[in-house]
Amino acid sequence: MTERVLIQVKDLGMVRGVRKLFSCIDFRVCAGQLLVLRGANGSGKTTFLRILAGLTKPLAGTVELHASHHWVGHLNGQKPFETVESHLNHWKKVWGGEGIDRSIEAFEMRNFQSVRVGLLSAGQKRRLALARMLLVDRDIWLLDEPFAALDSEARQVLRNLIEERRLNGGCVVIAMHDIIDLQPTFELSL
Amino acid sequence: MKPTPFKSAFNQAISEAWSAGGGLVLPLAFFLGVGILVPFSVGVRPELLVEISSGIMWIALVLVTFVTMERLYQADLEDGVLELWVQERQPLAEYVLAKTLAHWLVAGLPIAILCPLLGLLLHMSVELLPLASLCYGVGSLAFFFWGGLGAALSANVRRGGLLIALIVLPLYVPTVLFGVLTIATYGTDQMVINFSFLVSTTIFTLALCPFMTSVALRISAD
Repeated sequence: MTERVLIQVKDLGMVRGVRKLFSCIDFRVCAGQLLVLRGANGSGKTTFLRILAGLTKPLAGTVELHASHHWVGHLNGQKPFETVESHLNHWKKVWGGEGIDRSIEAFEMRNFQSVRVGLLSAGQKRRLALARMLLVDRDIWLLDEPFAALDSEARQVLRNLIEERRLNGGCVVIAMHDIIDLQPTFELSL
Repeated sequence: MKPTPFKSAFNQAISEAWSAGGGLVLPLAFFLGVGILVPFSVGVRPELLVEISSGIMWIALVLVTFVTMERLYQADLEDGVLELWVQERQPLAEYVLAKTLAHWLVAGLPIAILCPLLGLLLHMSVELLPLASLCYGVGSLAFFFWGGLGAALSANVRRGGLLIALIVLPLYVPTVLFGVLTIATYGTDQMVINFSFLVSTTIFTLALCPFMTSVALRISAD
């Protein structure tokens, strides 16, 4: 049976200023797989992920995404005047999702769903950014340090969601420092 | 549920305009402030004020766009919202159009509607006021779209207001020129021609700016 390729990267290379970040990177990520990007600070993990997301143009090589993707970067993509509820409703309308209950329940945000983002803690904002991915199904998840600022319960929720995403035929690419029991299909050290 | 990105971006931009900077209040106060300052600086002779009133109001309108445009895309860049929009499948120009129209609706159109107030202070003829209001409405739309382009190009720059002014000032010239001429030729056949040119410059801006701005935003988000 042929594997469904979701991400295809060929001969990827990038520099920052005069410093080479990485070069000649080739790989593909198929349905059900998890790729973890590792590396020291400044090694280019975020840049690599941004290239996959189409936010940054690579110096060399090509990236093909064969399905739509969700992105959770360093910035949470939230407005301080929005409430948790209005933030999720806004993106539900942009993406054409069905409801926000699943997102609120998954990350246990019922208690603060009417609170403005400007008043949330770093961990709560992170939960909201991750919960946004549950509004519509997208096969590819690109996550930059997703476990940062999360408490142990939220970390467990995210772990379960990543496994669920893989089982449902999606794939996940994560850049992270944390040692989390995720059993990646493969790791890429930058 | 059908995706409604334009409507959602528009609604969010309206909420943001009201939540940050008091929506209409600040630009309107600035507009009136500039206008009121003129009689103090050039004198209160009615015949002089009548002659320069239209030009002063165009300049006040230009300054208002500079004051309000700086944070238009900078806030989205800083909080990561722009990253999300850049990755969407629908054209980024749709987001630009929604955002600029919302901003104009909050900070530009009300000023155009209320500008007769300032016109009266500057001794502008009462019969000229409806035409002046219409011209400022049409012209301010062009100002906001050109200003949006400048804001997108300078989104990465701290205190980019001055840069926006440098980028877009030359682009404002046709609008100001035909706007002033339309009001100056009130009651003559030439007025219709001048007004047509004013409308044409705005249509040209509307057709071009969303695409140019979206390219600038992609560069800023990189």
